[in-house]
Amino acid sequence: MMEAVRLMAPELILAGQTIFVVLISLFVKSGKQADVMRWIAIIMLVVFALSGFLLGRPEGTSFNGLLAVDDFGHYSKLVIGLTAALALVFTRPYFKAEGLDRFEFSVLMIYAVLGMSIMVSANNLLALYIGLEMQALSLYIMAAFNRDSLRASEAGLKYFVLGALSSGLLLYGASLIYGFTGHLDFGGIAASIEANGMSVGIVGGMVFMMCGLAFKISAAPFHMWTPDVYEGSPTPVTGFFASAPKFAAMALIARLLFGPLEDIFSQWQQVVAALALVSMFVGAIGALSQRNIKRLMAYSSIANMGYALVPLAAGTVFGLRGMLIFMTIYVVTAIGVFAGILQMRIRNGMVEQISDLAGLSETNRPMAIVMTIFFFSLAGIPPLLGFFGKLFAFWPAVDAGLWWLVVAALVASVIGAFYYLRVIKTIWFDEPAQEFVSAPRSLRWITTGSAIALILIIALPFVAIPVQGLIDSAAASLF
Amino acid sequence: MFSNLPILPALVVIPLIGALFLAFVSWLARGEGREQTERNAPRTALLVSLIVLLLSIVLVVDFDASNPGFQFIDETPWLGGGIDFRMGVDGISVLFIVLTAFLTPLCILASETSIKTRKADYMIAFLLLESLMIGVFCALDLVLFYIFFEAVLIPMFIIIGVWGGANRVYASYKFFLYTLLGSVLMLAAILWLYGASADQFGQATTDMRALKDLDIPGGIQTWLWLAFFASFAVKMPMWPVHTWLPDAHVQAPTAGSVILAGILLKLGGYGFLRFSLPYFPDASVQFAPLVFLLSIVAIIYTSLVAYRQTDMKKLIAYSSVAHMGFVTMGIFTFNLQGIQGGIFQMISHGLVSGALFFCVGVVYDRMHTREIAFYGGLVKRMPVFAAFFLLFTMANVGLPGTSGFVGEILTMIGAYQVSPWIAAGAAIGMILSAMYALHLYRETVFGEQVNEKLDIITDVTLREWMILAILAVFTLLLGIYPSLVTDVTEASVLQLISDFQADTTVPALGAPDPAEVN
Repeated sequence: MMEAVRLMAPELILAGQTIFVVLISLFVKSGKQADVMRWIAIIMLVVFALSGFLLGRPEGTSFNGLLAVDDFGHYSKLVIGLTAALALVFTRPYFKAEGLDRFEFSVLMIYAVLGMSIMVSANNLLALYIGLEMQALSLYIMAAFNRDSLRASEAGLKYFVLGALSSGLLLYGASLIYGFTGHLDFGGIAASIEANGMSVGIVGGMVFMMCGLAFKISAAPFHMWTPDVYEGSPTPVTGFFASAPKFAAMALIARLLFGPLEDIFSQWQQVVAALALVSMFVGAIGALSQRNIKRLMAYSSIANMGYALVPLAAGTVFGLRGMLIFMTIYVVTAIGVFAGILQMRIRNGMVEQISDLAGLSETNRPMAIVMTIFFFSLAGIPPLLGFFGKLFAFWPAVDAGLWWLVVAALVASVIGAFYYLRVIKTIWFDEPAQEFVSAPRSLRWITTGSAIALILIIALPFVAIPVQGLIDSAAASLF
Repeated sequence: MFSNLPILPALVVIPLIGALFLAFVSWLARGEGREQTERNAPRTALLVSLIVLLLSIVLVVDFDASNPGFQFIDETPWLGGGIDFRMGVDGISVLFIVLTAFLTPLCILASETSIKTRKADYMIAFLLLESLMIGVFCALDLVLFYIFFEAVLIPMFIIIGVWGGANRVYASYKFFLYTLLGSVLMLAAILWLYGASADQFGQATTDMRALKDLDIPGGIQTWLWLAFFASFAVKMPMWPVHTWLPDAHVQAPTAGSVILAGILLKLGGYGFLRFSLPYFPDASVQFAPLVFLLSIVAIIYTSLVAYRQTDMKKLIAYSSVAHMGFVTMGIFTFNLQGIQGGIFQMISHGLVSGALFFCVGVVYDRMHTREIAFYGGLVKRMPVFAAFFLLFTMANVGLPGTSGFVGEILTMIGAYQVSPWIAAGAAIGMILSAMYALHLYRETVFGEQVNEKLDIITDVTLREWMILAILAVFTLLLGIYPSLVTDVTEASVLQLISDFQADTTVPALGAPDPAEVN
C-alpha cells in the first residue's frame, strides 16, 4: 500500500490539490480567491516537481501497470512542474492588468500538468490517451481564457478542432496497434512485435500515432494551428504552451518509440527524420516574414521541435539524452523570452509587434541585454546555452551516421539566426519608437523568474556535470 | 618563471571582468552619474586593456621559443565526456595573442574621441571582443575553440550595427550570416572528429593535441577538410566568399575596422595552420592547387577591384583580401619559408592595415567622408599625417625595410619552391598593389587642393600621433629585424612541417616525384 502511494505520489498530489482548491474557493473572499489559489498551485507544482526526488526516485509500475515510474518520468516531471510553476507566476500581473484574474486558471493549470504527468509516465496506450486528452482539454480552455476577445476565442476553437482531429488520428493508430498485437500495455506490444515480427498494421498504426503526436509538438506538416494559437492566446499562456506541453509531448514520443516500438526502429526512424527535416525548414522559413513576436516564437518553436527530433532519429540512448538536454534548454529559453516580453508594457498595452521593441537598448538597457542574451541563445550562438543544446542534439545524429540530417539542421539554424538577429537588430540598432512604461512593482515576480532563467542560461554550461548525470540516468531508464 | 600561473585564463578573464564592471557601473548610474560613466568608461577600458597588454608581454617574455610544443597549459574538467577546459600556446599562437593585446588599447584610445554616443556600451563590446579573441588563440580544446570562434560574432555584430555607418544593418547581417554559415559546417566536422576519437582511442576527446593522431580515411578527410575550409575561407576571407568584408569594413567604426582587419581575419589563417594541415594532411595536399588558384585570383582580381574603388576604406578592405591571398598561398606551400611568411604576413598585415584604417579614421573624423575624390593636396594641410600615411602605404605595397616586404617575399620564396608560376602570379599582385596603393596616396595627399572645405582640416592631434607613431615603430622594427617574429614561430612551424610530412601519404605539388629521383 505504502509502496503504491510512493509511486503515485506526484499524481496524487495534483489530483488531491484540484479537489482541495475547488473546495477551499468557497471559503475565500472572491477578491482574494485568484491570488490564494495561485500561490497554493505554485507551491504544489514545485512539490510535484520535486516529489520524485524527495521520495528517493522510486521505480516500478503503478495502477496495474498503467503508469511506469522511473528516472525518465522523474526528470520529465521535474522540468514540467518547474516550468508550469514559473508560467503561473507570470500570469499574475498580466491577468490583473487585463481583468482576467480568475482562480479557475490555476485549477486548469493543475489539470494540464496532471495530464502531462500521466503522459510522461504512460506505460499503456490507454494511459497515454487519457493523459494526452486531459492535458489537451485544459489547454483548449486556457487558450480561450480571455473569452471576450475574438482572437482568443478563435485560438481556442482552432486549437480544439484541430486537436480533436489529431486525437482521432492517434486513436486510430492505437487501435491498429492493438488490433495487430493484441496488447495495450507497452511491454506486451514490444513482446508481440519481437515474437511475431512487424506487420503492415503495426507500421500503419505507428505512422498514425506519430501524426497525432506531431500535432501536439507542432512539428510540420502538422503545425498549422501553432502561429494562430500562439498569437491569439493571452501572452503568459503562450509562454506556457511553448514550454511544458512541448516537453511532455516529446517525452511521450520518446517513451512510445523507445518502448513498445523499439523493434521497428528502422520504420519510425524515417518518420522521425522526415518530421525533423520538414519542421526545421518550415519553422525557419516561415518565421522570416513574421512581424508579431508571438507568431515569431511560434515558428521558432516549430523549428526547435525539428531540432529536438534530430537526436531521436538516431535511435540510441545517446540520442535520447541529447533530446532531453535540448528540450530542457529550449524550455528554459522559451520561458525566459516570454518573461521578457511580459515585462515590457507600452502605452497601449503589451508588446506584441517586434517593432515595439525598437530602441529598447536605450530606453531599458537591462531588459535589452536580457532579451539579447535570450535571442542569441535561441539562435544557438556560443557560449550561450542554446549552443550546447544544439551541440548535444546533433552529436548523436552524427554518431548514427545521419549526416544529411545534421547538415540540413545546421543550414536551417543559420536561416533561423536571421530572424532572431532581426529582433536583436530592432532592440539595438533602431531608434526608440515609443516610451516604455516603467515596470510596476507587481512585475518583480516576473523579473525574478526571468533572472532565474537567465542565470541558468549563462551558468549551466559550467555546472553541467551534475545535471548531465541526472539526464544520463533518465535516458538510460528507457533502455 | 610565470609558467605555473594560470596566465592564459587570466588573459581571457581580465577583459571580461572589465566588461562586467563597466556594465554593472553603467547599470547603476543615473542622471549625472551617467555622463560621468560615459566619460570615464574609455579610460577604464584602456586601463584594463593595458593590464592585458602587460600580461601578454610577460607571456611572450616567459615563452620558451626553442620548445615546439604547447606551453602554459591549463586543464580542468568541464563538460565531461572528453570535452574539457584546455588552454595552451605554442609558437604559432603566442604572437597573435600579443597582437590582439597590442591593438586593443590603440583601438580604445582612438575611439575615445571618435565615438560620440553610448561610449560605455562600446567599451563593453570591445573588452568582450578582446577576451573572446584571445580565447580563440589560447584554446586547446576543439569545443572551447569553436565557442570562442563563434562568440566573437556577437560583439562584432553589435559594434558594426550600433556605431556603424549609414548602411550598417545590411553590413552587420551579411557579416554575421556569412561567417555563421561557414562555422556551422565546421561544427559538423568537429562532431565527426569527436565521434571518431571515441572509436579509435577508446575514449572520446576533443583535445586538439590528441586529435592530431586520428587516422582519418581519405574520402572522409576530403569532406572534413572542406567543412573546415568553408569556415576559415569565409573568415580569411578568400575569393569568392570575400564579399562581406568590404561591406563590413566600410560600415564599421574605425576601431571596428582595425580589429576586423587586424585580428578577426587572422582567425582563418590560424585555423588553417592549427587544423587543416595537421588533421587532414592528405586532403590539404590534394586541395593545395585549389587554394593556390583561389589565392592568386584573390591577389590579382581584388587588387584590380581595389584600384577602381572610390571609397578609401573599401580600397583598403579589398587590399586586405589580396594580402590574405599571400597568407593562404604561403601556408599551403607546406615549406618553412611559406608558412613562416604566412604567419609573418598576418602579423604585419595586422599592424599595417590597422594603421591604414586609423589613417582613414583621422581624415574621416574631420571631414565625415571617405570619398577619395573629396580629398587632394592633404600634404599641405597635414604634413605629419602625410608622412605617416606614406609609411603605411609603402608598407602595404611591400617596400623593403617595412614589415610588409618580409611577409610577401617569404611567401613568394615558399611558393617558388612549389611552382614558379604561382610565385609569378603573386608577383603580378605585388605590382598591382603598388598601383592601387600609390593611386590612393596620390589622389588624397598629393596634387592640388581643389576642395575648399579642406581649408579647415587640421593635422594629427597628439593622441592620433601617438597611435600612428607606435604602429610606425613596429612596422619598421619588424621590417628591419624580422627575427623578432620568426624566431618565436620557427620551432613550432618546423614541428608542424615534420609532423605533416610524416602523416602525408600522397606526394605534394612540386615535391620531387620518387620515380624521377631514382
